[in-house]
Amino acid sequence: MTCEEFVELVTAFLEGALDEETERDFVAHLAECPGCERYLDQFRITIAELGELPPETLSGDTRDRLLEAFRNFPRA
Amino acid sequence: MLPADDVLVAGLRSGDEATFARLLDSWSASMLRLARSFVSTDASAEEVVQDTWLAVIRGVGGFQGASSLRTWVYRILVNTAKKRGVKEKRTVPWTSLEPDGGPTVDPDRFRGPDDAYPGHWQEFPEPWVLGDEFRHVVARALDELPERQRVVVTLRDVDGHTSDEVCAMLEISAANQRVLLHRGRAAVRAHVEKYLGGAA
Repeated sequence: MTCEEFVELVTAFLEGALDEETERDFVAHLAECPGCERYLDQFRITIAELGELPPETLSGDTRDRLLEAFRNFPRA
Repeated sequence: MLPADDVLVAGLRSGDEATFARLLDSWSASMLRLARSFVSTDASAEEVVQDTWLAVIRGVGGFQGASSLRTWVYRILVNTAKKRGVKEKRTVPWTSLEPDGGPTVDPDRFRGPDDAYPGHWQEFPEPWVLGDEFRHVVARALDELPERQRVVVTLRDVDGHTSDEVCAMLEISAANQRVLLHRGRAAVRAHVEKYLGGAA
């Protein structure tokens, strides 16, 4: 496996979606290649940071309107 | 953690406002981001989310439990957003989905076919020294992704949905989902690298 091939398989590896043989090659490459180890680390850091992005929120007006609609919905 | 679906659904059906408020506050942020991928303004996205919740209020009596409650709500959202996007002439061609071609890392970063180690790094990626601006750079990189990649990365990495959930929401195959996710993540990483002044 080359580095050029490795970088295209990172998400599949993280998802556990590689077949057994390719995963073995991927891990073997990772063990020997500091450049790809760093690439994988940076990929993981990027994913972790995406998970920290602040949430957007509904405006207070919309939230109030929806709560009112819920309250007033006719139920049997 | 939210209660199990059957508890939530029972709460919604019986008109328990605390249950509804909890769902509103837990899910609306990621629904806004998802809606924003289909329509052209933040205001439109907010209306899509509002219309979705109204449809949930009306429709929860008929919820069958074939999918999770959240997936059911998000399917309503996607359909509402798509209709609106069509009206705004802003359509995302999810159905004719073909993976965007090409490598996710600049081929010049790798050694050519005549080298003793073809396909290996010319130079390793530079180590990152991350400062306070990292989050901002990542947020901007996400905004700049092509739409389909942005939707998938947002759902998976920002909002934490599983692969199965995202495939169900968007009606795409696991393979397509993974391609879009990988391309989007690689582009965000490359954006950070460029910002930090490593080899672009």
